[in-house]
Amino acid sequence: MNVAAHDSDTELLRRLRAGEEHAFVTLVDRYAASMLRIARMYVPSHAVAEEVVQETWLGVLRGIDGFEERSSLRTWVFRILVNRARTRGERERRTVPFATLAQDELDAPFTAVDADRFLPADHDRWPGHWALPPERWDDSPVRHLDVMHLRTRLADAVAALPETQRLVVTMRDLEGFDAAETAAALGLSEGNQRVLLHRARSRLRKELEEVRHG
Amino acid sequence: MAERREDEEIACREFVEVITDYLEGALSDGEARALEEHLQTCPGCETYLAQMRETIARMGSLPREELSDATRGVLRDAFRSWSSRRE
Repeated sequence: MNVAAHDSDTELLRRLRAGEEHAFVTLVDRYAASMLRIARMYVPSHAVAEEVVQETWLGVLRGIDGFEERSSLRTWVFRILVNRARTRGERERRTVPFATLAQDELDAPFTAVDADRFLPADHDRWPGHWALPPERWDDSPVRHLDVMHLRTRLADAVAALPETQRLVVTMRDLEGFDAAETAAALGLSEGNQRVLLHRARSRLRKELEEVRHG
Repeated sequence: MAERREDEEIACREFVEVITDYLEGALSDGEARALEEHLQTCPGCETYLAQMRETIARMGSLPREELSDATRGVLRDAFRSWSSRRE
């Protein structure tokens, strides 16, 4: 996230507090896609996600006079969103707390690339080096018609990720949050945020590799 | 990678597991240098890094959702009543 976006959120916050409706609507629209996407990860339908976004903004209006700007407006709004979405999701869908899900994913064994693509550790010349190195993707350029297919497969692969990995990679690589904001909004340490990001990105790369090279 | 000696060579198998730490700037200077030296001599890992970057870029182009007009209307009304209560 860049400095200009921060500044402009600050300016909009000032105007919102002064009662300017246009500033409020601009913020609502600016955050809409991210908020819906993140809310949708906790709740079972798009309709409920819209309700969570709506409740979040009502909560923002109620709390805005007490907001002391120790974090950015965006971080504050998304923390409210995640809390509400989580509460709503636990009520409607499941009882497993987010921290438990995250810990289960962190504890699961993981390799970014299948072990059989590397030479064995006791190889006399090249232990642990590529046996089957990845092929360059730019040698097989994506045709225009294939772009939509690639996008669909990627979206499906994101949807199939374990829950906390999906949240982290979506916030980071789709919505453009930085590491600290993502960790804060989800209540993760920055180290665990990075492990989950790594697992998610590695799986998505693998998926794109399969699409490109069948 | 903490146990690594600085002059020790990195294996590809390890490279693919620390690549995110590298992209996130979470490696020490020595670790990052070892990784960059490996990249210069390993086309496979260079390709892998390019693929990770392309994956990240493609994530950013997935479609975005919008709020319904109904929800936007509710929020606009809520703002009006909030701001009139403050006057």
